[in-house]
Amino acid sequence: MNTALKVLKADDFASDQDIRWCPGCGDYSILAQMKKVLPEIGIPPEQTVFISGIGCSSRFPYYVNTYGVHSIHGRAPAVATGLKLARPDLSVWVITGDGDSLSIGGNHFIHLLRRNVDLNIVLFNNRIYGLTKGQYSPTSVEGQITKSTPMGVVDHPLNPISIAIGAEATFIARSVDSNIKHLATVLKRAAEHRGTSFVEVYQNCNVFNDGAFSYAQDKATRDDTTIELEHGKPMIFGKEKDKGIRLNGFSLEVVNLAEGKVKEDDLLFHDEQADPALVYLLSRMRHPQFPEPIGVFRNVVHETFEQAVRGQIDQAVEQRGKGDLQKLFASGDTWTVKV
Amino acid sequence: MSTQASSTIEKPVEFVSGITVRLVGDSGDGMQLLGQQLTNTSALLGNDVATFPDFPAEIRAPRGTRAGVSGFQVQFASHEVHTPGDTLDALVAMNPAALVTNLADLVKGGLLIVNDDSFEDKDLKLAKLNTSPLEDPSMEKYRLIKVPMTRLTKEAVSEFGLSTKEADRCKNFFAMGLVYWLYGRNMDATLRFIHGKFSAGKSAIAAANEKALRAGWAYGETIEALGQSYNVEPAKLSPGTYRNIMGNQALAWGLLAAAQRSGKELFYASYPITPASDILHELARYKNFGVCTFQAEDEIAAVCSAIGASYGGQMGVTTSSGPGIALKAEAMGLALMLELPLLVIDVQRGGPSTGLPTKTEQADLLQVMFGRNGEAPLPVFAARSPGDCFDIVQDAWMIATQLMIPVVVLSDGYIANGAEPWKIPDMTKLAPFTIRHPQESNNPDGPFKPYLRNELLARPWAIPGTPGLMHRVGGIEKEDGTGNISYDPENHQKMVHIRAQKVANAAKLLPPQDVEGPQSGDLLVLSWGGTYGACLTAVQRAQAAGKSVAHAHLRYLNPFPSNLGEILGRYKKVLIPELNMGQLQMLIRSRYLVDAIGYNKIKGKPFTVSELYDKILEHTK
Ligand SMILES: Cc1ncc(C[n+]2csc(CCOP(=O)(O)OP(=O)(O)O)c2C)c(N)n1
Ligand code: SF4
Ligand SMILES: [Mg+2]
Repeated sequence: MNTALKVLKADDFASDQDIRWCPGCGDYSILAQMKKVLPEIGIPPEQTVFISGIGCSSRFPYYVNTYGVHSIHGRAPAVATGLKLARPDLSVWVITGDGDSLSIGGNHFIHLLRRNVDLNIVLFNNRIYGLTKGQYSPTSVEGQITKSTPMGVVDHPLNPISIAIGAEATFIARSVDSNIKHLATVLKRAAEHRGTSFVEVYQNCNVFNDGAFSYAQDKATRDDTTIELEHGKPMIFGKEKDKGIRLNGFSLEVVNLAEGKVKEDDLLFHDEQADPALVYLLSRMRHPQFPEPIGVFRNVVHETFEQAVRGQIDQAVEQRGKGDLQKLFASGDTWTVKV
Repeated sequence: MSTQASSTIEKPVEFVSGITVRLVGDSGDGMQLLGQQLTNTSALLGNDVATFPDFPAEIRAPRGTRAGVSGFQVQFASHEVHTPGDTLDALVAMNPAALVTNLADLVKGGLLIVNDDSFEDKDLKLAKLNTSPLEDPSMEKYRLIKVPMTRLTKEAVSEFGLSTKEADRCKNFFAMGLVYWLYGRNMDATLRFIHGKFSAGKSAIAAANEKALRAGWAYGETIEALGQSYNVEPAKLSPGTYRNIMGNQALAWGLLAAAQRSGKELFYASYPITPASDILHELARYKNFGVCTFQAEDEIAAVCSAIGASYGGQMGVTTSSGPGIALKAEAMGLALMLELPLLVIDVQRGGPSTGLPTKTEQADLLQVMFGRNGEAPLPVFAARSPGDCFDIVQDAWMIATQLMIPVVVLSDGYIANGAEPWKIPDMTKLAPFTIRHPQESNNPDGPFKPYLRNELLARPWAIPGTPGLMHRVGGIEKEDGTGNISYDPENHQKMVHIRAQKVANAAKLLPPQDVEGPQSGDLLVLSWGGTYGACLTAVQRAQAAGKSVAHAHLRYLNPFPSNLGEILGRYKKVLIPELNMGQLQMLIRSRYLVDAIGYNKIKGKPFTVSELYDKILEHTK
């Protein structure tokens, strides 16, 4: 690789295209953090491919100077799977929205996760359909008033993290568009994971669903409304670090540390390799009853899909020798017609 | 052949030019296997062969019922044959349901061999019959041979200690032995098959099957009811080494050949569907050719993953049947906008919806031509026979890579499961396809231009991993040259025209249409796809009867060959037989303003030669 010696900078990943998101959209912040993180990962732009579906978020590939495919609604995981199987040498990112990945593309999304293809998914969750101008999405909350639900949403929302656990994901994380340091760290950890990394990002759509995540974004409240997951550390949160999460039977509960009755050791210690059932409990922590966890929920190592698939090809070549068409054609019963 | 005879009485052998046999029984009776063995053996004896397997959609419909009847028809001859035959010289029926549903096709005086043991009351009841058809006076029209196959098989294999069920399973080999004797078929290939198939720990079953096969042969030699046997001389095929090949197998091998010729790894993605699944099964066995097969979660994922592989610089291929092609439509439009090479293969079956999953039809032509949003033309090719599947997919991949375009290939259930002798090609004689992946930017003054075109209007196939050529592609309309998103009205019009012209340019790379028969005259029969053999045979028969008729068979349906319009103008009438409501007819009429006459059959069955022949006579009076 002739670029190995070059030190990459965020600018190396900036494309020449005008960005067309609404001013103030949370997507800008995610793009900025991505451009900051990509050089740190150290993979050159030509080895990197961004694949997206359709939605505001899915315009993302045009704004990074790497290879990219802006595909069709919901199908980015499938395009990415084919690319990664054909080209395991590439670093592949899937950019998707809540409608793109959980509504029209729900099927591909779960199958990508269970296969553990070595790529990274970033789901821009704004709990709304942005590009089609404000209909409710599968993550919209009950009662949410949108253009298509003037009397309020009546369906029950999907929880992307819970789905990821159910789909056997090996890396699951969450961050918030405005929490830029945290976001950068999570994106970097996702890139480092071998296998499918899934990152849900709370993203503000200031035009159609403004403030959906203000509780988690607002610097004044976020220490009390979110909890940073740190591997091996007790689950403590709050501006004063005075609250914690404790496992009580099969449920989680918020406990007060300030009163002195509960000690740190009584709290739940976060374990990225914990049993999925426990990770599932974490995914159910919802504002306002609970602080919502951000950071890495789960990080385990399994064989990747392309390793397994390529492994069978290598094994077949080893056992039977490289295929020879002429021999294949002549295998079995043949006969010759003489001149 | 006489070396295999164990009896002392030599019966006379009559040589005939061709034989059509149909073997019918229950889905579980092994009729397909019997048919395949007879086909392979006949091909090995040098006969030309054509087959028609016909089976129900249900895996094991209730035993003995009409719904569960599975059949296999084969014609083997000492001359060229292009169809499995219209009427039967012999019918082998394993039960009453199979008999009554197939008897109509047996010629008067034809040989009717039945398993007498399965005509008891309970069997008649399953077939919804009150009386045995064997007692019917109409049986006098046929040479009926009643063979107690179940009993004779059981006796023959008694020494192997098999369960009743296992012993009963051997009876198709008994039937096979009898048929082999009747037509002087050498048993060697089938014996090799038996011992190859049942080797691992199942030697008793293999031995029993061999015994049943030989018992069937011996039975033919001995019984008085069969006074003679028949045989068919080898056909005069062009010199070369041959094998028997089925359509889906030829298609899979053609993909391997195309990958090799283009120096690509084959990435093949599919979701199981009849009658295309066998291509997936076949290719999954050839991982040592570097083939990556991917059984996706649905047809959309299959085509999208193939697009991803093509973007990565490999050979992206997806196959399905009509319902799955419908699901792929949006992604096919994407591939056309991305201007990437891709093969989308449709093994057609009876529609609409689930339709007739195991039967044949040609009703997806307009779907693949027009079944996409926007102005979205694609090249469409169609295989004409099992062996032709090998060639057509290579043509398709050549066009896909030279023009940077997805290409649709049509096959159908009849071709997919049919078999014919196939002259083994010499791979060293098949020229490689030249494919270039640019390494240098085509724009010294700015970023690489992914949509800058060559003289055929193909864009460069720059692949990820190439420094300096980073670019983004997508389904949104793009500016020609730069590939940047563009909503400019003039640009859109230009791009729509460019994409149409790319398809038209395929005709420059493909051979002109040829015509079999007189270069002008009263009637041109114009056909496409799996009806080739029947149309050709009917036309040849009419020509022999002195009619002024010619045959043109289209392998390239979009774009049409450049000389097609001119050919159509040289005949007084154009007849287009199709297994649909007139889809090619509609295309020909609108494109050439020719008053083409349709002949349409939508029964899930191929044309017979005689119905086509009658139609030709009607139009050449
Ligand atoms: C097949 C298809 N159906 C519908 C649409 C219209 N459509 C475009 S984006 C979108 C929803 C996008 O929502 P989301 O994935 O949440 O992305 P966001 O715009 O919020 O980032 C829809 C319904 C489409 N482009 N394609
Ligand atoms: S509509 Fe919403 S999500 Fe889309 S760009 Fe505007 S602010 Fe962002
Ligand atoms: Mg959204």
